[in-house]
This record gives sequence, C-alpha cells and structure tokens, in this order.
Amino acid sequence: MIHILLSRWRQGHRTLPYPKTIPVLPGRFRGLPRIDAQACPEVCHVCAEACPTEAIELGPTGPDIDLGKCLFCDLCVEACPKGAIAFTRDHRLSTRDRDHLVLAPDQELQLAEKLNAELMRLFGRSLKIRVVSAGGCNGCEVDVNVLGTLAWDLGRFGIQYVAAPRHADAVLVCGPVTANMELALRKTYAAVPDPKIVIAVGACAISGGPYYRQEEQLGGASSVVPVDLFIPGCPPHPLTILDGLLRLLGKLEQEGRITSVKA
Amino acid sequence: MSDIQFAPCRNGRALLMKDVPELLFPEFQDEILQAVNSGKRLACLCADAELRLFAVLADDPAGALWIGRTRLDHPHYPSLTPHCPQAHLFERELAEQFGIVPEKHPWFKPVRYHASWVEGRDAWQRTGPIEPGVTDFFRVEGEEVHEVAVGPVHAGVIEPGHFRFQCHGETVFHLEIALGYQHRGIERAMLGGPHPLSLKFAETVAGDTTLGHGWAYCQLLEGLAGIEVPPRSQWVRGIALELERCANHTGDLGALAGDAGFLPTASFCGRIRGDWLNLTAELCGSRLGRDLLRPGGLRVDLEPEVAKMLTSRLAQIWGDTQNAIELLWGAASVLNRFEAAGFVDPIQAREVGLVGVPARACGIEQDVRKDHPFGPYAEHPVALGLAQSGNVHSRAWVRWRELQASHAFLAEAFEALADSATDPKPTGTMALAPESLCVSLTEGWRGEILHLAVTDASGRFARYKIVDPSFHNWFGLALALRGEQISDFPLCNKSFNLSYCGHDL
Repeated sequence: MIHILLSRWRQGHRTLPYPKTIPVLPGRFRGLPRIDAQACPEVCHVCAEACPTEAIELGPTGPDIDLGKCLFCDLCVEACPKGAIAFTRDHRLSTRDRDHLVLAPDQELQLAEKLNAELMRLFGRSLKIRVVSAGGCNGCEVDVNVLGTLAWDLGRFGIQYVAAPRHADAVLVCGPVTANMELALRKTYAAVPDPKIVIAVGACAISGGPYYRQEEQLGGASSVVPVDLFIPGCPPHPLTILDGLLRLLGKLEQEGRITSVKA
Repeated sequence: MSDIQFAPCRNGRALLMKDVPELLFPEFQDEILQAVNSGKRLACLCADAELRLFAVLADDPAGALWIGRTRLDHPHYPSLTPHCPQAHLFERELAEQFGIVPEKHPWFKPVRYHASWVEGRDAWQRTGPIEPGVTDFFRVEGEEVHEVAVGPVHAGVIEPGHFRFQCHGETVFHLEIALGYQHRGIERAMLGGPHPLSLKFAETVAGDTTLGHGWAYCQLLEGLAGIEVPPRSQWVRGIALELERCANHTGDLGALAGDAGFLPTASFCGRIRGDWLNLTAELCGSRLGRDLLRPGGLRVDLEPEVAKMLTSRLAQIWGDTQNAIELLWGAASVLNRFEAAGFVDPIQAREVGLVGVPARACGIEQDVRKDHPFGPYAEHPVALGLAQSGNVHSRAWVRWRELQASHAFLAEAFEALADSATDPKPTGTMALAPESLCVSLTEGWRGEILHLAVTDASGRFARYKIVDPSFHNWFGLALALRGEQISDFPLCNKSFNLSYCGHDL
C-alpha cells in the first residue's frame, strides 16, 4: 500500500490544463495546411500530382486542398517547387459541413459551430458517445481512446464514451465503413434514441482515406448516416478531436480559451 | 532439412524467381510437412490467381529461412492442415482469395467474408451477397449448455469482431472468433504497385503498428531494388520501432492492470503510453510514426540535437514507466489474477505456430530481431523477453522484459546519434528487380510481421502478401479461453491484444 501511495506522489497530477492553455505540440506537428497564392505559380499541377489521395484540385484561385481527403503526409510540400504549401501548427480542423473542408488558397477554415439551441439544451452539459470502428487501421481509435485517459480527462467536459447505443446521444465513426460493417453501423445508428448526432473522425470516415478507391469500402460515414461533425486527420491528434467535440458543444468560448493559434 | 528443395533466402534479400525451383505439389507438401515435423515453422503459405502456391519456412534457432513454390493444375489440392495445424488459416485464406479448395480441411470456413478475387471461382460456390460472420459456427449441445455471442460492435473503443462462446455455466468449452469486418482490401490494392499509396497501405495495415509494417514494406522494396540503407538511418528506424513497442507494451500493461481491477497502474500507464507516443511524434510529427520511413532511408532524419533532447525525455518517461509497472509485481491481487488465467499449452503454442509475445510467454525463444536480424539489430542486439508459464502473467512479464530491453536499446541509440551527422535523404524512384521474390520480416510489438512480394516481368507487384502476427495468434486466444471462466475473457483478450485490422487487411 505504501508503494502505491509513493507512486501516486511521484506520478503527480497530470491532467492537461487545456483549454486554459494549449499543450505543447511536437516540433514537427503537421496541422492545418496553407497554400500561399502569391507564391504559387500558375499552371502548375505538381502538388496535385504528388497527392496520393487526390486531395488537391486546381480551383479558380489556385490549388484547393480537401482536408477531408488529406493524409497530412507532406508529399505536396516536398513536391512544390516554390515552397508555396506548408503545414501550420494549427490543430483546429473540425467543421460542421463537408464542403467547408475544401480550402482555397488563403481561405480561412470555417470551424465547427455549436449545435442548435435545442440540441445544446439536451447535450450541452452531457454528451454520451458510442464509438463505432468501421474499417480503417485502428489509428483514429487510438487517439479517440486517449481522450479518456487522465491526461485529457474527457469526463470533465461532460463527454463520455458509453458501451451501448441505447445510452448514447451520438455515434462517433472511425474508418471508411467497410462493406462488412455497413449493417452494424446502420443498426447502431438506429438503436440510438432521437435526437442524435454523428461525428466522423479521420480521413477514412470522411472520405474513405487511403482506401478511397477500394470497392471493399463505402467511402466514409456519410455514405450510410448523416454526419454532423467532421474531424480531419490521419489520424487526427487527440487535441484536434477534442477541439472538434468542444466546439460542437460551444465549450471553447465559455471556458476562456484563446481564440487564435499562432501559425 | 537435409535434402532440401526449397530455396534458402535471407530476410529482406530478393531472389530471382528462376532460382526458386517450382516443385511438384507432392514434393512441396512433403517439404512443408517434414520441416514442420522437425520443429520448423510455416511463416507463410499463400497463393496467386495463376494457381501458384508459395510457402516460407523458418528455422528460428538456426536463423534460416526457405522459400518454395508449386503450381496446381486444378483449383484444389489435399489440405495440409490435418497434418499441420499451422496451415489452417492460411489455407482458408487462399481458398477465399482465389477459390482454391484445400480438400478435407477440417475447419473450412471463410476468413474475411469477401468475394473471390477470381470471378466465377468461389471455394464455397457462393453466388449471392456475402454476409460477414454468417457461417456454421461450432456448437456444443447439451443440457445447461448455452451460447454467448458478442460483437461485431463491442462495448468499448475497440475494433469489430464476432465472438461465440460455448459455455456451461461460467466455464467456456470453446470460443470461435469470426473476423473480417475491417476488411478493406489492402493486399488486392497492392497489386500492380508500388503505387504512391503503397507505403500508406503498409503503414495502415494496423495503425498501432505503423512502423513495424511500414519498415517491412520499405525493407522489401530495398531488397527488390538492391539498395542498402545507411547504418545511421537503420538505427533511427530501430529507435522508432522500439518506441512503438514501448508505447504499446506500456498501454497493454496498464490495460491488464485495469482488467484485474488495479487502478493505479491502469491510470498511470494510460497517460505514460501517450508520453511514449509523443516521443515518436518528435521524430516525425505523428504520434503513430506516420511518414517517418521512406524506402531507402527516412523521410525525416533524427538530428543530433533532437537525439540529445530525447535522451533527457527518455530518462523521465522511463522513470515513470518503471515506477508504474513495478507496482504490479508487488500486488498479490494482481499476481493472483494473472497467474490463474489464460493458460496456453506450450506444445499447442508450437503446433499452431504462435509468434511474438504469446509464443515467448510459452518459453519459445523466437524473435525476428535475434533470429533473422534486420536494420540495426545484428550490431545492436536487444535482449529476448521470455517467460515459461504460458498464462496471462507470462504474457505480461514478457512485455515488461521487452520494455526493459527496448529502453536499453533506446538509451544507447540516442546517445550515439547525438554525436553523429545525419544521412542524406533518399531520392529518386526505385526500379524493382523483375521476376523476383522477396520476404521481409520485422518484429513488431505484437510479434513477427511478414511481407512477401512477387514481381512480374516489369518489376511490379504480381502478388503482395502480408502476415500480421495477429493472423497466427487469434487462434491462440481461443485456446487460452478453453476451460476458463467467461468473465476472464477481457483479461485474456487484453493479454494477447491482437489486431483486427491487421488480420482483416
């Protein structure tokens, strides 16, 4: 017993102070990508060709990046002859609308808005989430799970993962939704009482991710259920996932979190 | 194998197809059965659409690998499984993929519930849509016998799989595991490659084993292209692989503590696992080690100053890890639970061909880093983690020993790399040898990872086979449950902590 107490003393209190302060992200962290339209040469397709998931398409003002398809792999950055693409250190990536994930050069990302008044009344102080892993690589699950540890302590925001759809307010989907998981996802969604929300975590759940061409999968959660929150990444950093969840619940302004992150 | 007909090969070295003699099926079969009877291991058995069969045999204590092939005249052959249980899942897999029927297979069911790759040739003559988990499960009949079905969607943040327990009261007579829900077609997607996404597919075979599988893929390409990776880059790869092992072993030991109701270690380790992942993120920006590796070397190198910074972070994390895990071994309630649950008979472990942590927990001295060394491990060996009892305690203890060995490796590596200059970044594309074969093995944190590629006349992948350690080990979990209480399933399951997506591909 004394050893347990001594350990407790040594290990200390380790819950992150977020959202009061932003945890230090690793030096090589790749957050929101930015394309500098001034530096981007005209009629150049190199970045689009380098992208393995066709996340970059040439739009009217230059290359548009679809964060829902992006694997944050850096190949476009390496390919660009002018150094016009960079991944910033901004971890905030979530949106309410699939279309908002497609970013033109220099365009601001329209971050997720909070739920409507009725849903805020129901879920604003208590959101129970059923996680469905539907294909994919278990990478997103790793970083979804980590929010439950004492370092992040999801419970202090009133958010909790639950074991049954009947206890849930939301379904959180990881993976591209394999053909073999379609029925299970439909049944889980149907078993969650109305009103309910769906959260798609990771490139797979948004667009099929690296598997987008495979006929064994359906191309993401919205092929099966209506999605209310998109959290991009491959996998998204736990901070990105938490940021998305807290924005959905309108928690960030309330708790006095800083409003901008330095690039 | 005195009169050997399979071709000897080395980990990560390519062979020309013509140097691997095509045996007649009876010779091929004899060779495998004799080898397995004399204690060697069937590391891989697979087929392709042209009815060719390939097998990889391993003699781990001797550090030897062999590869053999045959070609069938018809899409059926006498099953090896009745004489060689190690073949059982491989034969079901090749039946499902190519419609080749291993006749008299004693447990002939689909593996991943997908359509045959060869149109019109289905091993079960199925014509309609294929439903996952719909098969003839083994059933125990009798008074007071009942069946418990769990999944595919599980109660936690866990991947999907379907489990059927045949129970008598609390006692489990038999557990059957039906997977395939995570099947997204990775092997098929590799055909015709390497493509721009091929490395990403390898990294996402099992996301928690990004480095184990990513390295196996890179090593395979390097073997087929005849490229040597600079020693310092190999060391950095070794660092990344050991960090991956440390993160997962720490997480597993914490989760085991949680399942035994011992909360201090459970909560400390949940956090410390993240600290390990954050070290990996310092290498490449991704906690899972995405985009660190590149065929030929590294995408981002570990600069001396970063190595220096990581040395002090390692010391801090290691102190916390040691402190959290050593509590386990002093807690009688934990030891009681660990020692009484999840026994796998070491003889059966060999028969079914377990690999990695569960094999070493049965006293089987097997580790790719020692037996078929790759990367830095020939020059910088790591101590083998070993235990003898085959139960949950042994699997936990092996993880602890491996954590200690990995920490020693990491401490040495960080110190050495803090004083040496980085390697140039690999550039250009690689031309792979045509009409060749290569076997690439790494030791991921779960165990042996095998990637095998066969190239066509233009040096593209004509077949790409991936064997995650979970593919060998899921059956071990079923064995561990025999005669146990069903309430011990979570503890036993966690002591294996196998990958669903790595199995399902």
